[in-house]
Amino acid sequence: MDKYSALPKQGVETPALARRISTLLYSKVKLRLTLLLAAPLTWLVLVYIAALLALLVTALYSVDSYTSQIQTQLTFKNVLKVLTGQVYQTVALRTLGIALLVTIVDTLIALPIAFYMAKIASPRLQRLLVIAVLMPLWASYLVKAYAWRSVLSNEGIMQWLLRPLGLDTPGYGITATIITLGYLWLPYVILPIYAGLERVPNSLLEASGDLGAKTSTTLRLVMLPMLVPAIIAGSIFSFSLTMGDYITVNIVGGANQMLGNLVATNVGNNLPLAAAIALIPVLIMFGYLTAVRKTGALENL
Amino acid sequence: MRLSRTSKWILGVVTIVTLAIIYLPLSVVLVNSFNTSKNMAWPPPGLTLDWWQKASNSSGLMAALSTSVMVALGATAIALVLGTLLSMALARYKFFGKQAVSLLVVLPIALPGIVTGIALNNAFRTVLGWNLSIVTIMVAHATFCIVTVYNNVMARLTRMHPNLEEASADLGAGLWTTFRLVTFPQLGSALFAGGLLAFALSFDEIVVTTFTAGSGVQTLPIWILENMFRPNQAPVVNVVAVVLVVVSVIPIYFAQRLAGSEQRR
Repeated sequence: MDKYSALPKQGVETPALARRISTLLYSKVKLRLTLLLAAPLTWLVLVYIAALLALLVTALYSVDSYTSQIQTQLTFKNVLKVLTGQVYQTVALRTLGIALLVTIVDTLIALPIAFYMAKIASPRLQRLLVIAVLMPLWASYLVKAYAWRSVLSNEGIMQWLLRPLGLDTPGYGITATIITLGYLWLPYVILPIYAGLERVPNSLLEASGDLGAKTSTTLRLVMLPMLVPAIIAGSIFSFSLTMGDYITVNIVGGANQMLGNLVATNVGNNLPLAAAIALIPVLIMFGYLTAVRKTGALENL
Repeated sequence: MRLSRTSKWILGVVTIVTLAIIYLPLSVVLVNSFNTSKNMAWPPPGLTLDWWQKASNSSGLMAALSTSVMVALGATAIALVLGTLLSMALARYKFFGKQAVSLLVVLPIALPGIVTGIALNNAFRTVLGWNLSIVTIMVAHATFCIVTVYNNVMARLTRMHPNLEEASADLGAGLWTTFRLVTFPQLGSALFAGGLLAFALSFDEIVVTTFTAGSGVQTLPIWILENMFRPNQAPVVNVVAVVLVVVSVIPIYFAQRLAGSEQRR
């Protein structure tokens, strides 16, 4: 309370000029708002939006095949090449497939554990479980991808665990990529679903039971519809993070490539082509976000 | 809805198995940091402290670590200032284009890192003609770190009643005095949480960093990525990984304590 009782004195001691500025700002709401917004908006627009627009324009440039200089005449050559080229279609479909599978696997794993956390565990256990789920988020991305590299290696623990069952480790490849990406994004999928389950009132579930619904019916007809926005919110994370990833597939994916790899390999010698390829994940993400906007998922992020 | 004992039990087992899978790879890394086998063979043929010694003597590793800390500190400082200004504008004022601005803050983290990375690479080198350096990494990181500070401060400001600020003004305090003595003290823990997240985000970032770091600049993630595939260095990466996980307990501890003290308030 001491802090606040010092206020009037502080006001009196303020020098006259500062006082006048303060009074001026107090009466001019627009000026105040402009001063608040000036620095952050300048930064975001100048650094980021300008860079994105420049990239968009670069996708319409081309590279002279002899001098490898960028030519600034606008052309749709690269965009067309990306849209019709066999390689790009294959890799784009593979990336999309991996993103879908990762999202489905993560959602299926997240649902039971989130349900247990939100509806069965005692408050104390619930707090501990939230920490346990959050903890790996703080461990470095590379560390986790690398951990799976050693788990899945031919001499690794997976082989050691599976050999007695007559099975082999999947080794490095698309399966390993899906496992690793699914592992990396799992906490991002669990948390929104857990938060969504917390918002489903227990009384509603009890009412459904009292009215004679079987547990499975309650889950399907009462719980699930209320959970859809949360599930989609989780899927936005796993989907978009997978669409842009190329490091994991380098570490555990063997020779397989995703869209990110094509971008990364072309940045050095053919930036316009790289920019055109990079537009694919951006367009897919925008499409996905507009498609799920109406479900209210964006408010659940 | 009543869950039978059996289904509760099954869900409990599924939860334990899921957590086991979450922690399995991290524990394997821990054991491998003592593994005598360079190929990280399992079960380990023997245990050794060699890799830990090698890590503590690696000058490249230490240089990368200090670069990472510097970048993260710089990016966090910028993000704290810009994020706070932005959240104060959006929480306290109504204006045209407010929706667009709130989307603009999220965009750098919502779009794939590789898009942000090559867009900034192109802007810095081709458009602005800068040389890539530690400064360009900082600028890039600050751009996607603004959102963590913004989210935390925004959440606090919307819960904070503007009454206190109005009372302060009625009692004769100027805008700056009100901010310094009334608003800012209430933002403390939100700024800490936002700053912590920003630091962690920047410290761990690899994709945007790859495209905005000059050839001589090496952050810790870049060091890890470059050494991961070298047979003699790979076990040292395990040591770094273990240290990173252990050190990450500190921010979790603070974040939990903060959350706890806020619930009691």
